[in-house]
Amino acid sequence: METYTLLRQFADSWALLVLFLTFVGVFAWVWRPSARKAHDEAANAIFRNESKPAGDASRVKEA
Amino acid sequence: MWDYVKLVVLGVIAVLAAIAANYARDLAYMVNAVVVMLAAAITFIVVLRGVGEPKAVNKNEYMDGVVRAGVIATTFWGIVGFLVGVVIAFQLAYPQLNLGHLTDGVLNFGRLRPLHTSAVIFAFGGNALIMSTFYIVQRTTAARLWGGNLAWFVFWGWQLMIVLAATSYVLGGTQSKEYAETVWYIDWWIVVVWVSFLAVFMGTIFKRKEPHIYVANWFLLSFIVTIAMLHLVNNMAVPVSIFSSQSVQVTSGVQDAMIQWWYGHNAVGFFLTAGFLGMMYYFVPKQAERPVYSYKLSIIHFWALIFLYIWAGPHHLHYTALPDWASTLGMVFSVILWMPSWGGMINGLMTLSGAWDKLRTDPVIRMMVVSVGFYGMSTFEGPMMSIKAVNSLSHYTDWTIGHVHSGALGWNGMITFGALYFLVPRLWNRERLYSLSLVSWHFWLATIGIVLYASAMWVTGIMEGLMWREVDANGFLVNAFADTVAAKFPMYVVRALGGTLFLAGGIIMAYNLWMTVKAQPAKSAVNANNAVPAE
Repeated sequence: METYTLLRQFADSWALLVLFLTFVGVFAWVWRPSARKAHDEAANAIFRNESKPAGDASRVKEA
Repeated sequence: MWDYVKLVVLGVIAVLAAIAANYARDLAYMVNAVVVMLAAAITFIVVLRGVGEPKAVNKNEYMDGVVRAGVIATTFWGIVGFLVGVVIAFQLAYPQLNLGHLTDGVLNFGRLRPLHTSAVIFAFGGNALIMSTFYIVQRTTAARLWGGNLAWFVFWGWQLMIVLAATSYVLGGTQSKEYAETVWYIDWWIVVVWVSFLAVFMGTIFKRKEPHIYVANWFLLSFIVTIAMLHLVNNMAVPVSIFSSQSVQVTSGVQDAMIQWWYGHNAVGFFLTAGFLGMMYYFVPKQAERPVYSYKLSIIHFWALIFLYIWAGPHHLHYTALPDWASTLGMVFSVILWMPSWGGMINGLMTLSGAWDKLRTDPVIRMMVVSVGFYGMSTFEGPMMSIKAVNSLSHYTDWTIGHVHSGALGWNGMITFGALYFLVPRLWNRERLYSLSLVSWHFWLATIGIVLYASAMWVTGIMEGLMWREVDANGFLVNAFADTVAAKFPMYVVRALGGTLFLAGGIIMAYNLWMTVKAQPAKSAVNANNAVPAE
């Protein structure tokens, strides 16, 4: 089988399936209910550490 | 020791550049070689003067000097880029302004046009992205920039690229690829600077103190990585001589065209969209003083945009030698892309929910909101224009130019202005901006300018599209090409006036930012970093 046809068949089948499932999987993963707290925490990250870097100690505390 | 290595390298570069200038086969190459020689010599002197000086670096501060430099460069190149744009807009209306008989073609539209597009996209937009990236990644990771002076190398390397590209264009150096006109040796220099940029960004992410990587950084990382990939593939070329700016593309025909528009559309997608979305996801919530409307939606926005954008390029090649299936694929993905784009727009706009009153009181947030509005408008217009039936009317007309400018002036320009107004008081430790009413002036001049520009281009674009396809009862074309050019004259004047208003707004901004730093006392410093040293 010539390379083009082989790659084309692969792209039309398995590659398409994997990409599509990954795409849907990302949606499901993001919308899992248990993530709400982590997302609120992340959304507020921009309001911390405005004027200087965090010290080494704060890494544990923030989480 | 390290300083001596730098001196040796810089000296060698200066000598090699001088030799290259001597053997140059064309003028653009020779002038570029002289510019490189001068840049190496200046850097040599700067390094030489610093040899043996103690280099105090406070690890407990953010590295903001390079961001301040980026703010100045963004403003400067913005004004230059807008000015060249206004000049070429008037050249289209009044071709005498090409001054061909006086300047031997140096100021012809054909040479100034890539100068304009590169100045606004890569000089203004590029500096805006680099300085915002350096600012945002430090604040959201709570870590100082990685790599010491590598960030300064990125800044100055990018400015050198801009000067090389500008001098090359006006002297006829080009590889004739839209938005990638820079000749082969400038392309290699861009690779060096860009990889350093990626290293600074990734290094800072790796040593972050915040456990989660904030979503703005995802957009910025995708922007840096994808641009590197696009740039490498699109610029595969073999120089005809190491002493010439001319090169031959590795691919040809429809493959080359497809690679070019895969590059071209994703430069829009990842440079002008993903990168600037990174700015939106930081500066809009900061200025509104509220977290982003939905963090979940921002993640969906990111992945959907990344998955879909990369396939949309073929819509630039409808009805060409490109296979039908490829052009249909590009059209379908362009239309689907509408959804994540509007998801992101809604996310940006709704960040203000509960704080809409700020629109009345804060002209900076107004600028950012209008910018997100233009993002929404042009990401609706784009998918519509990618539909084959619409494209058969709109393609090759001024409608495309109008679409690009409502995106570039409205979305990229306005969000950058908002970011500059946000950053300058903070970076120079000033209480507030010099004048909010000047911000309002800038806002209205820019908005009216864009409206004039876009509406003039809609009218002239649809008009010339209809004129080109008009046939009489016997099936003969009714209009000659020159008829459409003559009919477009009034709209070209309106467009140039719109551009002039936009430029005037930019000059007002530059004055306002200058006075913010110059005419106001510094706040008492919170830390050593806020205390900007007197220069």
